[in-house]
Amino acid sequence: MNAIEIRDLTKYYGKTRGIEQISLTVRRGAFYGFIGPNGAGKSTTLRTLLGLIRPSSGSARIYGLDIGKEREKILARVGYLPSEVSFYPGTRVKDVLKLSADLHRRDCRKTGRLLCERLQLDESRKVDELSFGNRKKTAIVCALQHEPELLILDEPTGGLDPLMQREFFEILRERNKAGATVFLSSHILEEIQHNCTDAAMIKAGAILTEGSVAKLLGTGTKRVSIRGSAHCGSLAGVKDFHLTREGADFLYSGDMNALMRTVSEGDIQDITVTEPDLEEIFLHYYERGGEEYDHPKA
Amino acid sequence: MTILKHELRQGKTALLIWTAAISLLLTVCILIFPEMQGDMDAMGELFSSMGSFTAAFRMDRLNMGTLPGFYAVECGNILGLGGAFFASLAGVSLLSKEEKDKTAEFLLTHPVSRARIVTEKLTALLLQITGMNLILLALALLSMGLIGEDIPWKEVLLLHGAYFLLQLESACICFGVSAFLRRGGAGIGIGLAAMLYFLNLVANMTDHLKFLKAITPFGYCEGADILAQGRLNAGYMTVGILFACIGAGAAYGKYTGKDIH
Repeated sequence: MNAIEIRDLTKYYGKTRGIEQISLTVRRGAFYGFIGPNGAGKSTTLRTLLGLIRPSSGSARIYGLDIGKEREKILARVGYLPSEVSFYPGTRVKDVLKLSADLHRRDCRKTGRLLCERLQLDESRKVDELSFGNRKKTAIVCALQHEPELLILDEPTGGLDPLMQREFFEILRERNKAGATVFLSSHILEEIQHNCTDAAMIKAGAILTEGSVAKLLGTGTKRVSIRGSAHCGSLAGVKDFHLTREGADFLYSGDMNALMRTVSEGDIQDITVTEPDLEEIFLHYYERGGEEYDHPKA
Repeated sequence: MTILKHELRQGKTALLIWTAAISLLLTVCILIFPEMQGDMDAMGELFSSMGSFTAAFRMDRLNMGTLPGFYAVECGNILGLGGAFFASLAGVSLLSKEEKDKTAEFLLTHPVSRARIVTEKLTALLLQITGMNLILLALALLSMGLIGEDIPWKEVLLLHGAYFLLQLESACICFGVSAFLRRGGAGIGIGLAAMLYFLNLVANMTDHLKFLKAITPFGYCEGADILAQGRLNAGYMTVGILFACIGAGAAYGKYTGKDIH
């Protein structure tokens, strides 16, 4: 059984599009990244899964349970971290953690304390006085302390300093190893690239592509930088071509022999061929719609 | 029970402040009664000859020289308005504050059904109002004892009972409104309570608008009628209970299917 199965999920806010016909599957134990720019529909998808908003059409199941009909059963197995964190005024961190544990009908004190130590969060602080980062940490502990099977995290690292981000992902990896499924949304590609096993890209409410991060990266496309001059711009499979002061820079998904022949005819001082990072692929999808990457020519 | 306890903790300060304020005015009013009593005969004539104003507050039909008559007018307004404001304010913010303060995302992503959230919040609201009214009743009786008057048990209990029902009705209506709001509704709460209060004053002034008494809960809280008849108007109360049920029902209907942004 999969952790999350979304089928043709659509949400309209009145006439405004939220998401349109989204389908994706997150297998149990996956570390799944959901990438897209602001306003693409990431939060709408997550909030629909959690039952905060009702879909206009389509369906989704979490551990085989219908998100509309079995909301409480699902939520008992899920830890959710919202992108914007707010707590009840006048309360302290420990009150929030206790309230969350009580609502789960669980005694989470031990795990909660451990998490607070690792994230360097003082439980006696008043939530009104917390910085954005510390509020985020409080929400992270709330999402993790009841040891859920599925973690749904919306832009989780916003507000955390780099050291805390590292610690946070370390905790997520530990949970993932112990069997938990992680589903996180982000617009930071590096985060997805370094941590996730699978990913989906969303743009304007629709899924552009879905698959393992390794597959998304391994589209056969290379980033080529040359110093010198060669007539590469007209080759088939060249994208994102631009001349630099010393030569040219482009993404290449065409025949490597053709590239080598063209390069050898030119006057080259240096050439580097590297794997493009996810960001390059991602930006390319956003700029051109991504058709080439669905059918790589190389 | 978790949400119920949480709400009681959250609403503690507001409840204490409102209870203290209404208690203070209510007890001071009773404690000054012996001093006022001597002047009441003269004042009674004055109060009963102020035209519409007299009619609005029903001062022509109440003997302000007796404790029940005095209490029905003075304290009725304090308890009536004060209680209605508190109940409306507490009711109107109870559900909407979660979205206004953005805590809805926290609360509604825990394994608790929305119907349960509504039930526990409504229970907390009713408990707060009940607690406040018990304190106010005890203080009123205590103050009457302190000034050495015989306690008019029946009148006091009927008046307090009517105002308690008024508060429950206002709270339930505002609670229903709360489910539809995404921002705070303090203005709506205060406005609604004030409107219901003035509807009753208007209804007192002219017979043409007497039907308004059936709409506003202040209709069944009219001190002059309660003292004269020795009971509460069952018809008006039935309408009031019906409105309260509609308010609470609307809260369940709306909130259980609402999109939380």
